[in-house]
Amino acid sequence: MSESWPVAEVLSGGASDVPTAMQRRLYEDMILLRSFDERAINLQRQGRIGTFPPSLGQEASEIGSAHALRASDWVVPSYRDHGALMVHGLPLSNVVLFAMGRTPSLSSALRALPTSIPISTHLPHAVGLAIAAQKLGTDDVALAYFGDGGTSEGDFHEALNFAGVFKAPVIFFCQNNGWAISVPRARQTASETLAQKAVAYGIEGRRVDGNDVLAVYQVVSEAVARARRGEGPTLVESLTYRLGPHTTADDPSRYRSAEEYQDWKESRDPIQRMAGYLMAHGLLTAEEDQAMRQAAQERIQAEVEAAEALPPVEPAGMFQHVFAQAPSDLAAQRRRIEEAVPHA
Amino acid sequence: MPERNMIQAINVTLDQLLAEDARVMVFGEDVGKNGGVFRATEHLQDRHGEPRVFDTPLAESGIIGMAIGMAVGGLLPIAEIQFMGFLYPGLDQLMSHAGRLSARSQGQVKVPLVVRVPFGGGIRAPEQHADSIEALLVHAPGLKVVVPSTPYDAKGLLTAAVDDPDPVVVMEPIRLYRLGRQEVPDERYTVPIGTARVARPGSDLTVITWGNMVAVALDAAEALAAAGEVSVEVLDLRSLYPLDREAIGAAVSKTGRAVVLHEAPMTGGLGGEVVAAIQEVAFWSLQAPVERVAGPDVPYPPYAWEDFYLPNRARLTQAIRRTLKD
Repeated sequence: MSESWPVAEVLSGGASDVPTAMQRRLYEDMILLRSFDERAINLQRQGRIGTFPPSLGQEASEIGSAHALRASDWVVPSYRDHGALMVHGLPLSNVVLFAMGRTPSLSSALRALPTSIPISTHLPHAVGLAIAAQKLGTDDVALAYFGDGGTSEGDFHEALNFAGVFKAPVIFFCQNNGWAISVPRARQTASETLAQKAVAYGIEGRRVDGNDVLAVYQVVSEAVARARRGEGPTLVESLTYRLGPHTTADDPSRYRSAEEYQDWKESRDPIQRMAGYLMAHGLLTAEEDQAMRQAAQERIQAEVEAAEALPPVEPAGMFQHVFAQAPSDLAAQRRRIEEAVPHA
Repeated sequence: MPERNMIQAINVTLDQLLAEDARVMVFGEDVGKNGGVFRATEHLQDRHGEPRVFDTPLAESGIIGMAIGMAVGGLLPIAEIQFMGFLYPGLDQLMSHAGRLSARSQGQVKVPLVVRVPFGGGIRAPEQHADSIEALLVHAPGLKVVVPSTPYDAKGLLTAAVDDPDPVVVMEPIRLYRLGRQEVPDERYTVPIGTARVARPGSDLTVITWGNMVAVALDAAEALAAAGEVSVEVLDLRSLYPLDREAIGAAVSKTGRAVVLHEAPMTGGLGGEVVAAIQEVAFWSLQAPVERVAGPDVPYPPYAWEDFYLPNRARLTQAIRRTLKD
C-alpha cells in the first residue's frame, strides 16, 4: 500500500525552486523555534513556567506548514503548535504566558483559535472556519494541526468526512511523530499509512518527509492552492519525530529506545539537514548561521522579559470574557472571591 | 394576529432570521428536503437555497464542532440536533469548546452559536428519544440554556438566541410542539434571555418549572382552582442559564410555599439548584419545606412505562397538598 503513498522529499535531491529568501526564512524560524523550546525547558526547570510541550525535532513540520499560509487563513492548532502560531503572528511572549498558566490574549487580527488541549476535537472547527470562508465568498483556507494519536479520535473522522462532503477548503496537517505520549503509532491504527485514511473520505492524501522543511512547505503550499481553487480538502501526513518529551512532565526513556532517539537525532535532525542544504548551495555561511542564532536568543530574551514583567493576575481575569456580558450570578460570584482576596 | 403552534412559530422564526441576515445558516440531520423530523425547517431550503439550509452527515459532534468554526468565522449558525438523547456526542464540543473559547481567548474569539434540540417525553417515542439533560448543559460554564413552553416564547427566545454573541442551546419541548396555538406576531421580537415568566398568577403556593412540565403545572393549578381548593402560581423559568433568581425570589416570597417540578431525573437535576436559590433569596418567607417533583433516577423507560415516569397532575397535586399542610 505504501508504494502508492510516496513520501515527498526535497533536501535529498537537487536545488529547490522555493525562493531563496523563503528558504533562509524557513531556516531562521526553525532556529528560533528550537531556541525557544530549549529556553522554555530551562524556564520550566527553574520553576518560572509550568508544564511545557516542546516541539524539538518537529521544527520543519511546524515552520514549513505555517509558511504556506497567508495572514487571512486560519490556523487551528493543537497544544504543541506554538511554532506554527509564531509564524502566523503570535508573539512568543504569549506562548510564555500560556506556559505560566495565564490565558494570553490572542489579537483579534490573528486568524487563529486558542490551542486545543483535547485531542482532535478542534478538527471540526477547522472545517467550520473553512465553510465560513467558502460561504462568505473568500478564498481563505483553514489549516488544522494534530498528531498521529489524533487520528484515532472520532472527531478526526467526522471532520474529514464533513470536509469531503462539503468540499471545504481545509488542510488536515497530521504530524506523525511516532508517539502519542508513550503509545507507538502501530498501536493507533492498523493502517499502513495515515495519509491513506483520506481515501475513505474521498479527499486528497499526501505523505511528506516532515523533517524536510522545503518538502513540507511545498506539499502544504500545493494543498493550500488546491483548497483556494475550490478543489477541496487534503490530509497531509508529515513524518517526523519528537526528539523531546511529550511535555516537561514526561520521561520518554520509559517507553522508547535510546537507539531510536539517536538515529533521528544524529541523522535526521531537520535543522542540521536544512543547514547542510543551505551551505551546500551557497545560501548560508557559518557566520550568518551564528548571527541568526544570536538574534534568536536576543528576541527570546525580550519575549520572556515581556511576559515576566506583567503584574500577577487578578480574580476578574477568569470572569471577564466567559460571556460578552456577565450574568448577575457570575458578577456576584466574582465579588465574593474579590472580597476574600487579602489586600497588600 | 396569526395563531400558531410551537413548531409553526419556530418555522416562521427561522424563515425570518434567514431572510433578514445572510450570515444565518440552518443545518442538521434531515433539515433540508425533509424539513426536519418535526418539520421545524419545512420549506426553508426551497426558500433560502441549499447553501443556507442544508443536511449534514450524521454526526452530532461534527455538526456542533463545524458550527463552532462557522460561528468564529463570521456566520450565525443555527444547528439542529434531532433529539436530546442524541446530543451526548455533541456535549464534548459544547463543554470542551463552545463554552470556553471566549474565555480562553480573552474575548477575542466569540462563538455566536445556536443549537436547537427537541427534548423530553410524552409522545410515546422510541427509547432514548425523550431525554432531558438541561442540568448537564447548565453546569457547563459559558453556555446559555433557554426553554420555551409557548409558541410566543419559542419565537422570542430563538430570535434572542441568534442575537446573542454567546453560545445558546434552545431546548424545545417535543410534547408542546403541537399541543396548543397562540397568537404569534409576524414582526421580529425577542424574549430576553434570563427572564422567567409568571404563566399563571396565584397566591397560596408557587410551582416553579419549565418546558413540557409547564403544561402539567397549569393543568394541576386549574383543577385545584376549579375545586376551590387553592390558588397556585406557576412560574415558567424559560431561561435555565442564566437563572432568573429575582423572579424566583419574588414568586416564593409572595406565596411562602413552593414546589419545583421537572421531568429530568431528580438527583442532580436542576430542581436542586432552584431549591438552593429559593433558600438563598426567600428563606425567611418560607412557611413549609420546598418539595421537588421530578422523574425518578432511572433511564427514561420504554413508553409502556412513560406515564409512570413523567410527573403528572396527580403527583404534582399530592406534592402541593403536602406542602400546604405544614
